[in-house]
Amino acid sequence: MTPRHADFRELERRNRHQTVALVIAFLVLFCALGFGLDFVIGAVRLRDGHLVGFPILTIIALIVGSVQSLISYYGGAALVLASAHARRLAPDSPKHQMVLDVVQEMALASRMQAPRAYIIDDPAPNAFATGRDPQHSVICVTQGLVEEMDREELQGVLGHEMAHIRDYDIRTMMMIAVLVGGVAMLADFFMRWSFYGGFGARNERDNNDSGEAGLIIAIAVFVLAILAPLFSQLIAMAVSRQREYLADASSVEFTRNPRALLRALEHIARTESPLASASRGTAHLFIVNPLESAGDGGEGFLDNLLSTHPPLSRRIQRLHELRAEPPESAMSGPGSGKP
Amino acid sequence: MASWIIIGIIVVAALYATFAYNSLVRIRNSVENAWRQIDVQLKRRHDLIPNLVDAVKGYMQFERDTLTQVVEARNRAVAAPSQEARLQAENQLTAGLGRLFALMENYPQLKADQNVLQLQEQLTTTENQIAFARQAYNDAVLELNNRIETFPSNIIADHFGFHPGDYFKAPAEDQALPKVDLSLGTPRAS
Repeated sequence: MTPRHADFRELERRNRHQTVALVIAFLVLFCALGFGLDFVIGAVRLRDGHLVGFPILTIIALIVGSVQSLISYYGGAALVLASAHARRLAPDSPKHQMVLDVVQEMALASRMQAPRAYIIDDPAPNAFATGRDPQHSVICVTQGLVEEMDREELQGVLGHEMAHIRDYDIRTMMMIAVLVGGVAMLADFFMRWSFYGGFGARNERDNNDSGEAGLIIAIAVFVLAILAPLFSQLIAMAVSRQREYLADASSVEFTRNPRALLRALEHIARTESPLASASRGTAHLFIVNPLESAGDGGEGFLDNLLSTHPPLSRRIQRLHELRAEPPESAMSGPGSGKP
Repeated sequence: MASWIIIGIIVVAALYATFAYNSLVRIRNSVENAWRQIDVQLKRRHDLIPNLVDAVKGYMQFERDTLTQVVEARNRAVAAPSQEARLQAENQLTAGLGRLFALMENYPQLKADQNVLQLQEQLTTTENQIAFARQAYNDAVLELNNRIETFPSNIIADHFGFHPGDYFKAPAEDQALPKVDLSLGTPRAS
């Protein structure tokens, strides 16, 4: 699907558009379910061809989801770091000093403020970034990453993490979480409502003049309520995978060196093992899916659909196909002999 | 009805003009900031070099020539009268440092010296930061030029006198220099 020899700017553009398309699809799903439910319970009615009424369920779902999301938005970084038992990375060894230096290098290349650096005592090589915006962000590496990676590979990995920060991926995934939570709430409410005889109560109301159309919509909403939670998960995971590809392309934008991230991912593919300190809730923040090990890299169709990350092999493939320099290059980038 | 539409269009146009102008100002400032970042890194390198030369000269007594070249290039860069002269001196300094680092490989005692290793890391990261700062500057210039030249922001840019930026280019004669490979990799602590 990716034409050969795309450059990283092209990839970035394409990824951003795909994210927008996915988010729109999600919003459509959410509104369909929300308004459908409001219609079925009678909060919204059809009168003379116009929709009238107040879509109270949709609004409530949005509000609750938003509050949950705001809490994790503001407290997010601290919560994630605490749950992973991360500590501030100090220049107490040459390797730690090098990691801190590479963070500065990537901050320059990405034209952003340098994030605070943390470290987790875990032998699996991995890294994550979190924080609501570039001024409040954090990068966390594992001891395994620091031990295993050389400078070039570190530039690739940390570039990828800086890309997540720059592209507000944390915020995007949080918005997605609002929608996923909202859909789950709506579907759950609908199940309880219909279980407790909601359909019977509806027949007694006489101010709904939609008749047969109403019945068809009720059936459609029923089907939607069952399928929507699954669909919303699938869309959320698809968005997460898009952002991963985008962060890979942005990493190349910063380093101008596809080899950096390429070597890092190949290295991780060889040595990958599950990360002890990650959970389902934080998995999407890591550079490589921390809940899988090298053996079951999830190449199957279903595995891929429900994964926060694209398969390593595909990511490596895309990096192989990537040119480092954009065709209109009039600038002298850093030489490839750079350490 | 028509008057509402016209008012609407004017409001939208005014809002866009504000947004575009502020955007241009921000990008122009980021170009200036990126240029200053290059300077910051270059100066940092100037400050590190005397320390490095001091630390290694005891071990590398037979490499006086190379050490002298590095120190002289550094002094020329610090005292350069013009941007051209400065750029040349900085490039010569990069080349000199590359030669020095390559020579340091022949002195295993250096690798055991923590002070030298620390300085090596500092200089490596400074070299990288110079390169990335130049890249960031060029990226900022690209963004500025795009805004200035594309429609419709070119109207705003033209009206308020925004000038395109100049890309950072290495001087032509330096492209004949051999490619310097500062293959320092990870600091080789025991």
